[in-house]
Order: sequence, then C-alpha cells, then structure tokens
Amino acid sequence: MTGFRLSKGGLIDRSKPLNFTFDGTAYSGFQGDTLASALIASGTHLMGRSFKYHRPRGAITAGAAEPNALVELRSGGRKEANTRATMIELYEGLEAKSQNRWPSLRFDIGAVNSLASAMFVAGFYYKTFMWPKSFWEKIYEPLIRKAAGLGTASKEADPDRFEKAYAHCDVLVIGSGPTGLMAALTAARGGADVVLADEGSALGGSLLFDNEEIDGKSGIDWARGVIAELASLKNVTLMPRTTVFGWYDDNVFGAVERVSDHLATPNPYEPQQRYWRIIAKKAVLAAGAEERPIVFGGNDTPGVMTASAMRHYSNRYAAAAGQSVAVFTSTDSGYRTARDLAAHGVFVSAVVDTRAEAKVEGKRLPVLRGRQVAQVKGGKAVSAIELTDHTVISCDAVAMSGGWSPIVNLMCHRGARPVWNDSISGFVPPDVGGAFVAAGSAKGSFLLSDCLREGAAAGTLKGKAPAVPKCRDEAAGVAPFWWVKDFRGKAFVDYQNDVTVKDLPLAAREGYNHIELAKRYTTTGMATDQGKLGNVNAIAILAEATGKTIPEIGTTTFRPFYTPVSFGALAGHSVGHHFQPVRKTPLHEWAEEEGAVFVETGLWMRSSWFPKAGEDWLASASREVLATRNGVGLCDVSTLGKIDIQGPDAGAFLDRLYCNTFSTLAVGKARYGLMLREDGIVFDDGTTSRLAEDHFIMTTTTANAARVMSHIEFCHQALWPDLDVTYASVTEQWAQMAIAGPKSRDTLNRIVDGAALTDENTPYLAARSLTILGGMQARLFRISFSGEHAYELAVPADYGSQVARSLMRAGRDFGIVPYGVEALSMMRVEKGHVAGGELNGTTTAADLGLGKMMSTKKDYIGRMMASREGLTDANRQCVVGIRPVDKGDRLRAGSHLLKRGDTPSMANDQGYISSVAWSPMCGMWLGLALFANGRARIGEVVKVFDGLRNITMDAEICDPVHFDKENRRLNV
Amino acid sequence: MKYSVFSLLKNSFSGHKAWEPAWRQPDPKPTYDVVIVGGGGHGLATAYYLAKEFGVRNIAVLEKGWLGSGNIGRNTTIIRSNYMLPGNNPFYELSMKLWEGLEQDFNFNAMVSQRGVLNLCHTDPQRDAFARRGNAMRIDGVDAELLDTADVKAMYPFFDYDNPRFPIKGGLLQRRGGTVRHDAVAWGYARGADMHGVDIIQHCEVTGIRRENGKVVGVETTRGFIGCKKLGLAAAGNSSEVAAMAGLKLPIESHVLQAFVSEGLKPFIDGVVTFGAGHFYVSQSDKGGLVFGGDIDGYNSYARRGNLPMVEHVVEAGVAMIPAISRVRVLRSWGGIMDMSMDGSPIIDKTSVDGLYLNAGWCYGGFKATPASGFCFAHLIAKDQPQATATAYRLDRFRRGYMIDEKGQGATPNLH
Amino acid sequence: MLITCPHCGTRPVEEFTFLGDAKPQRPTSNDPSTMEQWFDYVYLRDNPRGVIDEYAHHSGGCRTWLVVTRNTETHEITGTVLASDYAAKRNEAPKKGARK
Repeated sequence: MTGFRLSKGGLIDRSKPLNFTFDGTAYSGFQGDTLASALIASGTHLMGRSFKYHRPRGAITAGAAEPNALVELRSGGRKEANTRATMIELYEGLEAKSQNRWPSLRFDIGAVNSLASAMFVAGFYYKTFMWPKSFWEKIYEPLIRKAAGLGTASKEADPDRFEKAYAHCDVLVIGSGPTGLMAALTAARGGADVVLADEGSALGGSLLFDNEEIDGKSGIDWARGVIAELASLKNVTLMPRTTVFGWYDDNVFGAVERVSDHLATPNPYEPQQRYWRIIAKKAVLAAGAEERPIVFGGNDTPGVMTASAMRHYSNRYAAAAGQSVAVFTSTDSGYRTARDLAAHGVFVSAVVDTRAEAKVEGKRLPVLRGRQVAQVKGGKAVSAIELTDHTVISCDAVAMSGGWSPIVNLMCHRGARPVWNDSISGFVPPDVGGAFVAAGSAKGSFLLSDCLREGAAAGTLKGKAPAVPKCRDEAAGVAPFWWVKDFRGKAFVDYQNDVTVKDLPLAAREGYNHIELAKRYTTTGMATDQGKLGNVNAIAILAEATGKTIPEIGTTTFRPFYTPVSFGALAGHSVGHHFQPVRKTPLHEWAEEEGAVFVETGLWMRSSWFPKAGEDWLASASREVLATRNGVGLCDVSTLGKIDIQGPDAGAFLDRLYCNTFSTLAVGKARYGLMLREDGIVFDDGTTSRLAEDHFIMTTTTANAARVMSHIEFCHQALWPDLDVTYASVTEQWAQMAIAGPKSRDTLNRIVDGAALTDENTPYLAARSLTILGGMQARLFRISFSGEHAYELAVPADYGSQVARSLMRAGRDFGIVPYGVEALSMMRVEKGHVAGGELNGTTTAADLGLGKMMSTKKDYIGRMMASREGLTDANRQCVVGIRPVDKGDRLRAGSHLLKRGDTPSMANDQGYISSVAWSPMCGMWLGLALFANGRARIGEVVKVFDGLRNITMDAEICDPVHFDKENRRLNV
Repeated sequence: MKYSVFSLLKNSFSGHKAWEPAWRQPDPKPTYDVVIVGGGGHGLATAYYLAKEFGVRNIAVLEKGWLGSGNIGRNTTIIRSNYMLPGNNPFYELSMKLWEGLEQDFNFNAMVSQRGVLNLCHTDPQRDAFARRGNAMRIDGVDAELLDTADVKAMYPFFDYDNPRFPIKGGLLQRRGGTVRHDAVAWGYARGADMHGVDIIQHCEVTGIRRENGKVVGVETTRGFIGCKKLGLAAAGNSSEVAAMAGLKLPIESHVLQAFVSEGLKPFIDGVVTFGAGHFYVSQSDKGGLVFGGDIDGYNSYARRGNLPMVEHVVEAGVAMIPAISRVRVLRSWGGIMDMSMDGSPIIDKTSVDGLYLNAGWCYGGFKATPASGFCFAHLIAKDQPQATATAYRLDRFRRGYMIDEKGQGATPNLH
Repeated sequence: MLITCPHCGTRPVEEFTFLGDAKPQRPTSNDPSTMEQWFDYVYLRDNPRGVIDEYAHHSGGCRTWLVVTRNTETHEITGTVLASDYAAKRNEAPKKGARK
C-alpha cells in the first residue's frame, strides 16, 4: 500500500494514470476511478462544506446518494455545480472545485455559523428578522441570499449537444447487480426485448465491490459472463451510465444516459447526455438498497462513511479510507467491511456493534458488542472515536452501518406509499401490480440467493422461473438502530442541510409533528440527495418524539427525479434558434429577394416591411402604403389558415359554424364570416368562398388557423356526425397573395389566361378558378383588407415565389411594390378593420360593430350564450376609432382612456387603445380603441393615459373607418 | 410566545425546550359559528381574519390532511398584482398590500421578498398587450414599468440575446412583485388563527354537508358530525367534490399543474421572470434552488403528479430563455390540483344554499391571492356582503355573462 | 401517459389535446326557455374524482376527436372510442327511449 492506494486489487487500470486538479491542486488517479476514489486514494477526505454550518465534509457514500462530496466540475459553459464526486468518472485533465466555502475549503469563514448553532435551530428564521420591517429587504435578506446555494451556475451557454430518444421494450430492468443481471438474463433467454439500465459507469452493481461467489466463480467473474451473454443477444440493450429517474403513467420511464460525462468533451457527433423515454410492458426494479448512516456525534467528520461505501472504495477502487479504521455498526455489513479491509492489510481498530449478540462471524476482529460510539474526534479529519462509556479508540476513518433502505423511489412515483417491514427495519416497495415489480434488495431481500431467485422470477414472463446458480450467502442481519442517545457534539440526520438529531423533536414540540411538516420545518430530506440516506433515521427520531411507531409516521412523498437531471438533457435539441420550428411561407424566397425584414408571428416568419436603402420601418411601410393606394402592391398572405370544406352538407355545416349564413352564398362568391365560441364571444373571422355547390374554401386568421381546424373537427365529429361533410387544412398547399391598389386589375390582367378580368366577370366578392401564366391553376378572390380595389390570388404552394416574381414584372409599369404586415396593418387601421388587437377573446360581434351579422334564423355555435345580459350590456367596451386632437401627437397601443377631468383610476377607466398605426393617407397616428358604450360617444374628446411611458394627451373618439368611409376605392 | 430575536436568544440558552406549539391540536367541538373546509392558505387566512378583523370567535378549520398540505405547500411562491381587468386588479393589489404588512401582523417571518416580477415579451402585439396591462395597473396606482431589450439585458445579461428563436423585445416589470416562503404563510396564519382561538383540526375529512330546511347545519366528517351556522368552502382542487355534497355543480375543472425545483445554486436569478414565448417562469429561493413551472398538463386530474411531456415542454422553454442553465440539474418535480374556473378568475360568493359560502376557482394563481382571499371571504361570511374589491367574483357571473377573462380563452379551463 | 387511438395505435399523450368532460350534451333548442340547459352545457362540470369520459383530439396524429374513458385520480385509461361513434350512440339513445 502506497499512501491510501492499495497495492493490488480493484477494477482500476493501473496502466492508465490520469491527472486532475481539485481546487487547483494537481492529483493523479487511474482509469476506473471516480473523483472521490482518486481523492481518497490520495489521502484527501475533505471535499466539501455543508449548507448551513459550513462543516467540513467528505464522501459518505460511493454512489448516487452522496450528500457531501459535491463539487463544481469543468468550467465556462460546461461548468456543472453540485456534481457528485462519487459518481463522476475520472478523466484526464478533470478540473473540480469545492463549493460553498470562502476563502478556501480548509479555512472557511462561513464555519462561524456553527458557533451560533444554538440559535440556528430548525425554523429559527421564521421567528426573527421581522424588526425593524425595513431591515428585511435591505439587510437580512441580502445576507440570507448570499448564503444560499452550494455551487455556482455558469452564465454562459452550453457548447455541447443533448439528445432525446425513445425506447420500447418487453422488460426494462433497472439496476444491474445480481438481481438485475439475473432478471435480464432470464427475460432475454426467454426471447423478450430487454433494456438493462444502470446508473453506474459499469454494469454489475454490488458485484463490482462485494466479494461474492456465484456458480463456483467470483461474483465479478459471474457478472462478466452474464454481461457478455447479454451483449451478444440482439434482443438486449445494455445501458450503463443510465439513470432511470422517474416512473410515469402507463409504464413510461424517464432515463438519462450520461453519454459523455466521463470525458473532458464529447466525441464528435455524440451528445453530452441523452434523455430517454422508455416504454416498458414490464419493468423490474432491481436498484438495490442504500446503507443507512447512524446518527451520533461527529458522524459527518471527513473519513466517516457507510460501511458499504468503504468496501466499495477498497474493493473496487483499491482506495483505503484510512490506515486504521473503526467500524460502528448495528448490522452484519460492518463486519463484512472489517473483514475485507483486514484482508487488504488495513488495520481495523474496533468493530463497535450496538447489538449485544450477533450471529455474524467476528473472529480475528476486535469486536465490542453492545457498545455505541458517542462521537468522532477530530475536525477536518478523524483522529479517534469515543464510545458512550468514554473509551477512546484511535483511528483515521470510521465505517458505519445502521441498516439498509431498499431503493423504493421509482415504485412510489405514482402515489403508492412504501410499506414498513419490521424484519428488515426498512420500508419496502408497495405492490403496484404486475407491470412493475421489485426484486432482490430493492424489495428488502438481502441474501444473494434470494436476489438471484427473485431476479429470475421477475424476468420470467411466462411459465416457471428457471433454476438459478448456486452462491454463497453472506450474513445480512440487521438490528434497528437509529441514533445514539448519549451522543456528544453534533449528530447529523440530514448531512447537506445540517439537520441535527435535536431539530426533529423541536419541530414536533412546536406542532410540526407530521412527517411532511417536520420535513418542511427542519428541511430534512430536502437537500440534493432528497433524504436517501437520512430520511428513515429522521422518521424514527420523529416517531419517538411523538410517541408513534415508524409506520404510523410513514415517509414523505417520493417524487421524480430519483437523482437530479440536467435541464440540457430534458431540453434535448430544442435549444437556441431550434427552440421551436420555423415556418416559412411559399413566398419566403421571393420576399427575401425583395429585401424583406421578417417578423416572428407564431411559428411563422412573415415579411414585415421591404426597406430601401436608408429607410427605417416607418419610412418603408409608409412608402409601401402610398405606392399601393396610388398604384399597386403585392403582399404575402399565405399564413392565413385555409380550410377546404366539401360535401352535400357543407353549406349547412358552415351555417352552424358561422354566426352569419353561408348556405345561401352563390357559387363563385366570397363572404366575410364571423365565428363565435360557444360562450358567445367572437372566435375568429375570415372570408369563405363557395367554389361549387358542395365545395367551400374557408380562410381563418393566421393566429387561429390551427384552433379553427380543431374546432371544425370537433363540431362535426362530436356534435353533428350525421352531417355529410369533409374538410382538410390546405394552408400549406396554397400560396396566397394580395394584389391591392387601383392598378391591381391591370397588373393581374397581364398574367391571367384568356379573357381579361372585368367588373362583370369578376365583380367585388367574386371567387373563381382560372389559369394564369399559360395554364397554371389558380384561384382568384376579389376581396380587400386594405380597402383598395384588390384581389387575393392563390396558387399551388410550390409556384408561389415564381408567381410573385411574375406579378412584380407585370406590375412594374404601374409601380408595383411588395408590402409587408406593417403596411397591411396601417391600411387596415385606416379602414377600421378589426384584427388581433380587437379579436382578443373577450369581444362580442356587437363590440366589433358586427352585431348585425348574427343570424336569428338558425342555430349556430355561440348563439344562445351571446344573448346573456352581460354580453349585450350597452356599457360594454366596443370598437371605435381614435385620433389625437393634436395631429402631431403619437398614440400608443395599450394606453387607457379617461373622461376629461376624471382622475386616473380603475373605476374611471373607459377603455384602451387596441391598435395604433401611422396613417400615410391622413398624415397622423390613428388608432382603434375599445371604449365603453363607444358608438354612442363618437366625437367625445377623451384623456389618453399612458402612465407607463408618462404620456398624456387628448384624443377624439371617432368612427373606426378613418379613410374612404364610403368604400369607393373598392371599385376604382 | 411572541417570536423575536429576543425570544430566540432566550430559548437558545434553554436548549429550545420551552417553545410552545405553534398551534393547538384540539378535538372538534360539537358546534361552531363558522366552519371552514380546507386548512390551506385560503382557509387558514379566512379563519385568521374572521377572528382578528371581524370578531367571530367560535371558528374551526377542517383539514383532511396535514395543515398546509394542499396548494399552499406546492406552488411556486410568487406574489404579484399585475392584473388588467377591473374585477381583478384592485383585489390583487389589496392582496399585495396585505403581503407587505403580513409578517408583522401575524408575527411570523414568511420571507416576503419583493425582488420584482418581470414578464418578457417577444413581439409587438405582446408588448401592446403588456402596455394595456401595465397602464391598467398604473391607472390604479400600482407600480409597473415597461422595459425594452436593453433594460432586460441590464437586469439579466445571461438570457439568450444572441441566437434566440423568439427575440426578447422587452418586458413588463412589477418591482413590488416577488416571492414568499409558501409553507410559512400557512404556518403564520395557522399560528395567528390559533392565537385568536380558532380550532385547527387536521386529519378531519368532510364527508357530507348536512342541511335542514335548505340551510346548512353542519358537516359530517371522519371525526363525527360538526355543527355550524355558516360553512365556508376553501377546498381548492377539491372544491367540486365538496360542493357536490351540498348538491352544487360548479363551473370548475380540476387539473394538475407541475412545478419544479433545481439543486441549490449561489444567487443567480434575482427576481421572478416569465418567458413570453413558451411556458416557463422561474425564481430563485432563499435556499438557492431555482423554483420554476410552466403550464398545466391539460387533462382533468386529481393526481398530484403529471407526466413527462409537460416536463420537457417547460424545461425546453427554460433553456430557450436562459441557455446557461443547461447544466443546472432539476432536483424534484411535484404536482398540485388546480381548481380551473371557466374564465380563469376565482369565485368568492354565497351559494344557493343558505349558510354555504364558496371560495374557489383560483386556477394556478391562488397563492398570491392568499391574504386578500382570506380577508374578502371572511368579510363575506361575517357580513353577508362582498368586500369592496371582490364584488366581481360572483358565482352567477357565468349565467349573466360577466366573465373576468384575462386571457380571453372562454369556457375552456385548460387554456386559462 | 399513453392513449390508444383507434386509428393510430398507442401514442404518447403530447399528441393529444383535451377538451374535458364529454358528458354534457349540446342542447338543440334556441328557445330562450332552454337557457338553463345551455348554461349547464357550457359552464357546469361534474368534475369527478374517478372515471370520466373526456374529449381528446388526436391533434398531433390523425386529427380525430376521441372520447377517452380515464380515471382522473389514477390516470388509468379503460377505453377509447371515436367521438363520432360516441355522439351517434348518444343521439340514438333518446330515440330508443321515445319508442317505448
């Protein structure tokens, strides 16, 4: 043995030394080490500081439940806070830093908190920091927040990728110890599709560190044989480094595969981690059991760890926790550790067994029966243990074993509670049915032979379970023992959160006597290990404090995640610009050529304006409006929802969907339609055209396209399945463009085939099919959102950009311009057309000035509810126009309106400005407003309140149609 | 015993043996003047204010689980009064004012922390909507600020400004918004109510509502019949079930909302921030965990747990907003049952059953409302008149057509 | 949660959009005297803890509206039918009753 590295044994590769740093100090370890094992082998136990008292701490486990040895790993955008040193595999160049200490891990000023620990008991902060009131915000809280947290998060974006994947299997086996291997092998030999997942870096579970004998071989050799067979089978997927973190409805499991966590950076094309959703017909919980600490004084001193952890370090990593080790145990596990250490040549100074009698073999060990450790001496390292009878035994490390807690977590994620089992003094998993079963020590069966037998049974899908190999059973006796009553110093129940044995009775005394209240009051079980180590001890202590039994107290709720999961893994590839897909219209390419500036509209990118050199959005959009109103403009309106509706009952169906009537619409005509929700509020609007007796094409707003489609599907399938009608969304099939302006028809006439368009063959609201550009099928609608003589032309999507280019050529002589949604918005405000700002889900048809559209002759969605008094109240806010009294003032959307002379208050509020646009035609800012009893108040001058921007002005309420009230331009 | 630094010091010297229980654990009396069903935030606050402000002396709060085991103990701890509609805005501002004096009032430090609530916007229409909301706040004297991108960047420089799918265009900030230690609210009200003589009876489930001549006379419970003159329901996600015991059918669906906390981190995110282009909001607790949530799972549920799709959906939005949290780990998720109403706003009203009062429909916004909800419900029960700021929360508003629909989603509870 | 769509097979829950209890039935009359029925249909819900027939739209799949029978406490699904079949059956039921 050199230092603390055992001279032989272990699963480390001594031919591959690895260099790493911890707090800037250089260390070395071997391939196969964890950060914790490499530090321990280097004689370093001090790895972290606790949360509240900043107590020096070392690794207390060798696995996922580690509450103490948390470090900051890596740097820059790859920095991870709170990484368990016990789980991170060593790699060349690993950088780790200790956390929650200043200025250094060895000397931490924060440890003064310990001096005030008499005050800093459970819940102390609820009782103070209240006076004087102003101090909370300025002094107390900033101090508390400064103390918050453990590690530091990065503030840079993560440079690495994460992935999501799905797996379906007959059997998911969680855990690859003897139970899991046997279950997977049995299921695989039976022909089932098997996924075997284990959180460890290698498969094998406890066989990686416990000396066992199976089938005449060492446990590890048996495991290797089974793993090799499983690896050779096509129906088996082996997933080491994969933590199954949650169990969800219908046997869906969440898992994270740490693909590259053991590397400095991921290999090319590999993600850092891969998140899995595993859908299993059956799952087997073979996650093993967690060894419990004992609560006694100084049980948190670096160098004190669970007995199985100490075996793990020595047998798997060839790292001795000390040169002279004392064992404090109430179970046979302590003896096993003592024997293994002795076999490695480590001096065992004492085995202190709380039990007066134990059947376990203790020969050649210094066993002290019926004795207890009162405290560990030493601060940052162990120097001795002192028994309750004041015997002092020197040692430099302590192994403790207070029993075993089956890892029941996953089986309790869907609400079932674990069940107390007296014979093992632990909670065992609930029966949750045959689709998810526990086996082996996860079920509380600690004998190896039971593990193999239960594993085989769990892996048997039909028929009888096969015989299992013979093995040697180690003694696995446990006596319930939770804490040392005569402890000295501080005895910890929850390590990371510094919850001591005194805190729980205090909570109980103060009325927080339910385990859930005690947890919240003391914070026990709320640290990053979620009480994996200490919760059962806490429950036992609370039971005694309240005079109840452990099962009467019960556990807190087990919830995902079994161990913490990175945001990156759960987000997968949905990062940065790929957060959501981008929808581009068929005219996108054309718009790009024309220099469009695009704007996010839902998932769509819409052309917003088309600036010429030196123009800002306002100059560009104003020019686009003027060019359109004076000549012709072309606008991409492909994002409008388009729904094809066909069938003999199509007209009748539309009558029920819209508040106005469509069954009377003539073939070849378009009509503006208004759709209500069943509660009588306006849902959506758009133009729907009748292409044939039994064929309509509906348009919806961009925002509601998907919802209207779902609504149509609902109305037909769930309400009126007897209607003979069918429908399909054709939004993506058609490119649609508005051609607006007095020269729109002249422009179109240059591309339409056959007879030129005239008022006779294509009057206002005509809807017809035709061909353009020498045979291309197209649909033409003479409708107008701009108020101009205008058309919407629809062509198959793939031709969109080409047709737009042709139109641009066709309109060149008329000064055609492309115009975007900003210009569109200016023109619609000028015309008083409602859009998203007014169709806001709270307005009625009458509010929009469209009350007359509501038919009284038919049933339709929303008819009855629209008649309620609240929806017909004269004082409702309805759409009006608004313009500043001083033409130079700029209106702002979102400003509220008050009667002149009224003081600002909610009670005096008269409404607000819903849309604003610069009007190139009127030469001023115009708006639409929702204004109480608005139509009766046209001409009223109101006070505009914009407290956010500190603007007040007078404005006049006016007709919503600001421009061309007589609609003459439609037919220019 | 009054809580203060002095009492804490004094007890430190005696090993903290002398602390009295924060509340008694009484057996139910045969009859009370007022019985409140639900020992969560709203129920306890109601009892507290009934006793303290309205002079009602003989009150019991019945809780089927442990005190505060409902949504008061499983929310994301946010307080704000950034509402838009006249029916809501004054009520939530009353709540904010009550929060601001709460700890001194009930002598319990609930860590009311006004570090600001910032709602991000990503499009012009969203900014216009925020302007409307912010001005609705300002017009009534509530603080609100409209920020541009540079302002947001100054506060949170590590959000995604470089490669976002939906650029951050600004936000609406309420500086008086913030967080409160949620469990402590339940405990503070419970202790305060208990000191005013309220019997808080835990593990007592109501199984029936007894009526005589159309009037409530008491409740059947797992601990026997308990008589009362007035019965107030504050049962959150279980409202429909309890109301059904009196033959009432409510405009409410119960849905599960998941919430999450990360591992503890050194201070990183100062205030509360909501993403405007996805479902994600986050704050950092005084212990260092990022407390965050998103949207309800979408299906009717009484299970206090959800499923993975919403977990992914929320976390995706989180990373979209803050790329730097990629390596932060999510520690725990949980679920609460939301009483989603048909317009997204609550109900504080008398019912058609004489003596039966209803406080329900809080959707996932109940926590911030706790003080005002308790105060206004107490006012209603004590005086049979709604409190001035809560006059719009009538049960008949749906029948009459006076919905209070901030989101404009209509009678579709899972969209509010 | 997984839902077995009659058309598409077993699919994950995020492919579906929910619309609540399928039990309330849309009244057929527009007579003002039926206002209470309408109010009940649009606004009131039994909201049971237990088994519910609920509308689920396979919006991320075949776009069929389904009625899923699911327990709101355990999330256990015991049946899935097309909403059109559910509606047809329900529309038929009163007619049968009328004949008697």
